[in-house]
Amino acid sequence: MNTPSLGSKLDVEGLSIGFGEVIVQHDLSFKIETGSIFAIMGGSGCGKSSLLKAMIGLLRPSAGVIHVGTEDYWAASDERRAEIGQGFGVLFQSGALWSSMTVAENVALPMRMLTTLDDASIIALVRIKLFLVGLGAAGNVMPADLSGGMRKRAGLARALALDPKILFFDEPSAGLDPIAAKRLDDLIRELRDGFGTTVVMVSHELPSLFDICDDGIFLDAATKTAIAHGAPRKLRDECDNPTVHAFMNRERPPDDRNGGGDDHDIR
Amino acid sequence: MIKALIKRQTSRDENPPPALQGRGWVAEVDGDHATITLSGDWIARISGLEADAVPRILSTGAHTIAFEGSGLGQWDSALIAFLSSLRDAARTGGIALDEEGLPASARRLLALASGTIPPATRAKGKSLLVRTGLRGLGFTAEAAEVAALVGAACLRGGAAIRGRSLMRGTDLLSCMRDAGAAALPIVTVVNVLVGGILAFVGAVQLRRFGADIYVASLVGIAVVREMAALMTAIIMSGRSGGAYAATIATMQGSEEIDALRAVGIPLFDYLVLPRILALTGMMPILYLYGCAVGIFGGFVVAVATLNLSPMSFIEETRSAISGSQFGLGLAKSLTFGGLIAIAGCRVGLRAGRSAADVGQAATTAVVASIVGVIVLDAIFAICANALGI
Repeated sequence: MNTPSLGSKLDVEGLSIGFGEVIVQHDLSFKIETGSIFAIMGGSGCGKSSLLKAMIGLLRPSAGVIHVGTEDYWAASDERRAEIGQGFGVLFQSGALWSSMTVAENVALPMRMLTTLDDASIIALVRIKLFLVGLGAAGNVMPADLSGGMRKRAGLARALALDPKILFFDEPSAGLDPIAAKRLDDLIRELRDGFGTTVVMVSHELPSLFDICDDGIFLDAATKTAIAHGAPRKLRDECDNPTVHAFMNRERPPDDRNGGGDDHDIR
Repeated sequence: MIKALIKRQTSRDENPPPALQGRGWVAEVDGDHATITLSGDWIARISGLEADAVPRILSTGAHTIAFEGSGLGQWDSALIAFLSSLRDAARTGGIALDEEGLPASARRLLALASGTIPPATRAKGKSLLVRTGLRGLGFTAEAAEVAALVGAACLRGGAAIRGRSLMRGTDLLSCMRDAGAAALPIVTVVNVLVGGILAFVGAVQLRRFGADIYVASLVGIAVVREMAALMTAIIMSGRSGGAYAATIATMQGSEEIDALRAVGIPLFDYLVLPRILALTGMMPILYLYGCAVGIFGGFVVAVATLNLSPMSFIEETRSAISGSQFGLGLAKSLTFGGLIAIAGCRVGLRAGRSAADVGQAATTAVVASIVGVIVLDAIFAICANALGI
């Protein structure tokens, strides 16, 4: 059987992203190693989610290269890009579960559509994935009947459906209570340790950044590029850029006068 | 391997069974202790899962199972699924599982995937009698709610007309534009064509008797009494009824309805009333417009294909249609408008919260409106016949 070779390492060089004439971020270069948990940090509206979209194939970058493994992701044909994308698992901010299917059907759909597995295997794999995220008993529940935390877990089970090499998270702990957020953080780490998956997460939840990420990039909305690279903990303790320092220590930057959070964007 | 199996079956009683093997594993049984040696790649999407692996391992009758995992290649959830189902089966069979020989990461995932499934509580099937009874009760409740909605529409509508309502004028105006001017093109096309078709059909028969002139009265009466009101109502069922249901159902899904309730804005005044008033108000106007263009369609066809002068067509039409027929048509279009708007809003408010529910709501609203319109039209026809209109 042919097995698409899918990389688990990401290498971004000189990436610019934007919508038409508007540049959101430019000249981003970073490497994400296999098995690491990489954080994309920055204030609201700085382009974190746009960068994530460029990495998962939803937004074509205006310049630069993203290498997945050794392949140039955006230079690949549409079919090949979709194939590379089968090595990705994405957890969207609010789960993005397909609302007309039960949780188990949500997890099974990628396997049914994209693999040639038989029914019994799919049922067993769905079951194990739901157990891995702690939703073993919730397979027959409709997404609308789940709590926010359970919806994220179900979304994670679906992201794991095809045993991805790289997992992308968009604000995994947003909207969760501290205990549920901590549980999800632990789960992400356990899954990384178990499967050796590379994890890329967009987040501005400081506790979870410090807790689980081993590397990261800090995007600045004012200069529209990355102003710091490194693990969140290291940035907190060592980075002397005032914006990064303020962000990591939950303070107001020295030049902040009006107290607005997103005032960088409005000019 | 087949040889081994045959041998195993024949020699089960005398000798310890020889090695049992499957895809990526070999089980060596020594008395009541089994050692499972795992090897090679376990990738779910390539190899799938072996359905009978666990029962075969358990059939050896081993009481303790240990693993030897140093020969494992790449693995993913396929291995975890195999190990976890083996563990669950072993637990129910009272077999001890020694996970020591497994890779540390697999042990962690296995621990993560532990947890027992609660016994399936399947809802007991209800008997036919109970189901029929529940269906009947549901139907009565539904009918009562619809009646309440019609009542509320009358009361609140009356209040709104007297200016005592929370309804916003802008909502009413935008609904009226949607249900009125925006619908004109399609109402024109459909009614002109229906008028023309009626003229063709009439011409085929009436020409035989030399009664060409009666094509005009046929078109006039059919359009004014039936077709203009009916066709316009069917168009509006699809256009506005479906849109009302889909809009309100989507608002339901995105918690907008909950937000309205929480703020204390009356749903009826804000969402339902402007739609009912707009559609009920616009339908008679669309009906009159539909009559005009329908007769025009018949006029064009009749004058072009029959031996009929334009003046005589107009004269004959004027004498054929009376005020009471217009009254009947207007009464119908008012009723149809109210029915379509109420059905659309009602279905939307009752809809579930998923994407599929929105589609379901739109379908239900359109089907209910069209069926309702045709049934009401039949009732109107019977009444008109009895009253001699």
